[in-house]
Amino acid sequence: MRTVLDYLDRTAAAFPEKVSFKDEKTSLTFAQLREQALRGGSALLKDGIVREPVAVYMSKTPDEIAAFMAVLETGSFYVPIDDEMPQMRIRLIFENLKPRAVICDEGTRESALELADGAKVYTWSKIRTEASDEEALAKVRASMIDTDPCYIMYTSGSTGIPKGVAVCHRSLIDYTESFCDVMKFDEDTVFGSQTPFYFDASLKDIYPTIKIGCETVIVPHTLFMFPLKLVEFLNEYRINTLCWVVSALTMISAFGALDEVLPKYLKIVGFGGEVFPIKQYRKWKKALPDVRYINLYGPTETTGVSMYYEVDRDFEDDDVIPLGRPFENVDIFLLNENNKEADEGEICMRGTCVTLGYYQDPERTSAAFVQNPLNDRYPEIIYRTGDIARRNDRGELVFVSRKDFQIKHMGHRVELGEIECDVNSVSGIVNSCAVYLKKKDRIELYYEGRVDEKELLAYLKEKLPRYMVPTKVHKLDKLPLTPNGKTDRKGLTALSEGK
Amino acid sequence: MDELIEILKDLHSDVDFDTCTTLIDDKILDSFDIVSIVSEVNDRFDVAIPAKELVPENFNSAKALWDLITRLEED
Repeated sequence: MRTVLDYLDRTAAAFPEKVSFKDEKTSLTFAQLREQALRGGSALLKDGIVREPVAVYMSKTPDEIAAFMAVLETGSFYVPIDDEMPQMRIRLIFENLKPRAVICDEGTRESALELADGAKVYTWSKIRTEASDEEALAKVRASMIDTDPCYIMYTSGSTGIPKGVAVCHRSLIDYTESFCDVMKFDEDTVFGSQTPFYFDASLKDIYPTIKIGCETVIVPHTLFMFPLKLVEFLNEYRINTLCWVVSALTMISAFGALDEVLPKYLKIVGFGGEVFPIKQYRKWKKALPDVRYINLYGPTETTGVSMYYEVDRDFEDDDVIPLGRPFENVDIFLLNENNKEADEGEICMRGTCVTLGYYQDPERTSAAFVQNPLNDRYPEIIYRTGDIARRNDRGELVFVSRKDFQIKHMGHRVELGEIECDVNSVSGIVNSCAVYLKKKDRIELYYEGRVDEKELLAYLKEKLPRYMVPTKVHKLDKLPLTPNGKTDRKGLTALSEGK
Repeated sequence: MDELIEILKDLHSDVDFDTCTTLIDDKILDSFDIVSIVSEVNDRFDVAIPAKELVPENFNSAKALWDLITRLEED
């Protein structure tokens, strides 16, 4: 196997009439998915789009998956852009990516044309029906290698500029094989897709579906406000597998929805993105004791998931669910401040899971993707996650904290520095400090300057993705400083926690 | 009711909560807001909104939400 398209070819031949991806309105069989990929890919090839980034700016639908596959057919790599991302962020991404082609749908067309900056804008419903050029497709396929990029996902960067993580086919195949083995998905698996496609957690549904020939149902975004309706939806579509961020699962349990109605088809719950509060986990376990619960851990830079822990014992309320152990073909070790292996230290990863780096960003790439300090004999790039972990008595890794000011909020990675960068760029602002309140799972912001609190909040809502917008902003005459003259983030955090 | 409007204004200062009746239908409130509202209502009014009351109809307007709070306070 060289590319993930081999999964699609194989599954479309084995189960042509089976449903692959569906939502409330539409669905695609595997045969349709492949057919549209070939047609859409041919349309792009006709314009000379080969081996280059293609932005896919569509709402989250089965069609968007077909568009991803069409991009891959041209030897190119897709870059998911969401219709709910703020325009400013899309602009920043496009500045880094400089795409020549953007695929949109009817709903995003106007905005795509505005942001395209010279790129050609293709409407998916038009190109998916164009004639397929088998000769051209075969020629491109023959030239593809497994280290060619497959997608780019943009994550938060502390300087305010998002980082584009480029991932090759080989890493994605390695991930898909290991992940399916660990989770024991099969042909009867029905995923309920929760995460946006611009977020790499969505790979957990997409690629197992294409590899195995099972089904993914896209859960409407708005249901995540209404827990009972959400569970009823899971039952209506007979969803038996969830790979969700923790905050989506706790939304159901914290409101007591599991006392009212049970997701009765559920067999497997994979969770990740942040630490699962034990109290909430226990509510799930009590309501659904026969379900398998699996903690999934891994940064975007090492292809999403590279460690897992299947919960196999009881935990007390003050325990932490371990990160567990690495997938097959992944090596994980902890490095202390002197770059020596230790029982507590920064999580470092070695293997095919290590991605290509940040797109058009050699500086930030070389800071995180480094030569293995334990190996001075041949070139070997490892990824330094910035997460600190320790090894427990059982040999499992347990998350301790972050090295920097990155936090996890509602399952998303957020650099507090990126929020501050945006605030500080507002005219009239002198300085700012973002704090994260772990217990309440909320971000608050302190600042000094002559801007009104409401005005600032309204501006941030336009500029930042929803999960990065502070719940509250506080104007101060002067930000408190530590004895070293730095902003006293700890003091401000305590101030917010005391409120 | 004023205190509730204040909570809502904290989330969206640009919305007229006295008149708007499509807070959910027009996607003005999202899941982040609902989580904040439920926790603020719990803190300030000492009212826990149960799962079966988390339905669009109860959140489409400030008045509907206020009626819900009053109803739960009486129980």
